[in-house]
Amino acid sequence: MQLSKKKVAGLLSAATCSLLGAPVQAEEGDWDVDTAVLFYSESDDRVEAFEPVISGTRDLGDDESLTMKLVLDSLTGASASGAVPSTMVQTFIRPSGNGSYQVAPNETPLDDTFKDTRVSFSMNWEKLSKEYDFTSLSGNAMWQRDTNQKNTTWSYGVNVEFDDIDPVGGAPEPLTDMLAQDKNNTDTRTVVDFLLGVTQVIDRSSLFQVNLSLSEADGYLTDPYKFVSEVDNVTGEPINQLFESRPDSRSRQSIYGKYKKILTNKDIFTASYRFMTDDWGVDSNTFDFSYRWTLDNGYYFQPRLRWYEQSEADFYYYFLRDGELPSDASADYRLGEMEATTVGFKFGRQIDEQSSWSFRLELYEQEGDSSPSEAFGQLAQQDLYPTVEATIVQFNYSFRW
Amino acid sequence: MNIKCHSLILCGALIASGCSSLGVKPWERDLLAREDMLMNADALDLAFDEHIYFSKEASSGGQGFAGGGCGCN
Repeated sequence: MQLSKKKVAGLLSAATCSLLGAPVQAEEGDWDVDTAVLFYSESDDRVEAFEPVISGTRDLGDDESLTMKLVLDSLTGASASGAVPSTMVQTFIRPSGNGSYQVAPNETPLDDTFKDTRVSFSMNWEKLSKEYDFTSLSGNAMWQRDTNQKNTTWSYGVNVEFDDIDPVGGAPEPLTDMLAQDKNNTDTRTVVDFLLGVTQVIDRSSLFQVNLSLSEADGYLTDPYKFVSEVDNVTGEPINQLFESRPDSRSRQSIYGKYKKILTNKDIFTASYRFMTDDWGVDSNTFDFSYRWTLDNGYYFQPRLRWYEQSEADFYYYFLRDGELPSDASADYRLGEMEATTVGFKFGRQIDEQSSWSFRLELYEQEGDSSPSEAFGQLAQQDLYPTVEATIVQFNYSFRW
Repeated sequence: MNIKCHSLILCGALIASGCSSLGVKPWERDLLAREDMLMNADALDLAFDEHIYFSKEASSGGQGFAGGGCGCN
């Protein structure tokens, strides 16, 4: 009997599918459980975060699955408020409007009331059919479609968020003096995201992904806890602390590409790049590389390098001169021109088909221009863009039952 | 939409149109089927990263939705 090429391909295809199903997908009724805890700590007693997560996925059979995820997110510490340092002691009213705190001369003003604990629970039901995937999670939906013998996967998604902004002490009226405490109770914001992606198998050992994203945000986009300092035109000393102001809409577009290759020695190389641009004037480039060294007995070691740079928003100011009143102004360092580098590694072990653990340690450093040319008077002696340094530690344990 | 946005879409379309000749047969998927070769391998790491960088930088999303986040950015 002579089998045609097409028949052989079909038989091999069926055999391969049954072989491949075993290590990758859970048996029907099994739970795949991922647990992890993240510690994030910035130097100089700034932000600290502790974030444990447990996530479970149950295979319901018939290409259906259910995922439940519980996250506890606890933040403490202090965050740069945007106000400039001064040669004198500065007094700031707390966000609640009750009480105040003082900042020593020549110190970066930090809001020391930064404290937040939140718990989130999400449930995600997924139904996969041969050429059509559908995922829905309260405000977002994602569709996937395989073509070209499952070598090409198309993804389309939409995400809608409605946020109520209810900051401590109320949402301040933009660009008003801190001393006036002109605040409203609540405000709202709407964010809509669209995503179009394609994942393509290149050959037996490599694949790539390209995503295009659009994001439209409308409403209250100002950070209610940030200030921008109004300074004396001669001395550069702050004379007023104004609540910042951002435009009430933001339109973002990004292109994201990721490439993965498994080498002949089973090591895995991953590279990704993202370009983002928005109508606030921020353009950013992000490069991310990792290399997973496969060691004996299921161990692996994975160094990683991430590099990020962004231009400043059109309304970013280190400070405002006395009498200068633009329609929007923010001194939030996250909207300034800067570069950030993350270096670190992950070390882990696939214990057996049922369980694995890993440990991740990374260092993050963010730097901007701390002595900009527009600084004058006492401002020329101050650090106007303090470096952020953070340590990221994470433990993971995954098992199946 | 501005020129940058059109460029992004054009770029994506060009990449996508060149995909049709790429790929493997089903029995050649032994390496690609490994869990660590999934595009979203280490999903919890990706979620943590997204949370950290969203809080420290002006950009977010790309691999997933950008979103509006927690209200602190």
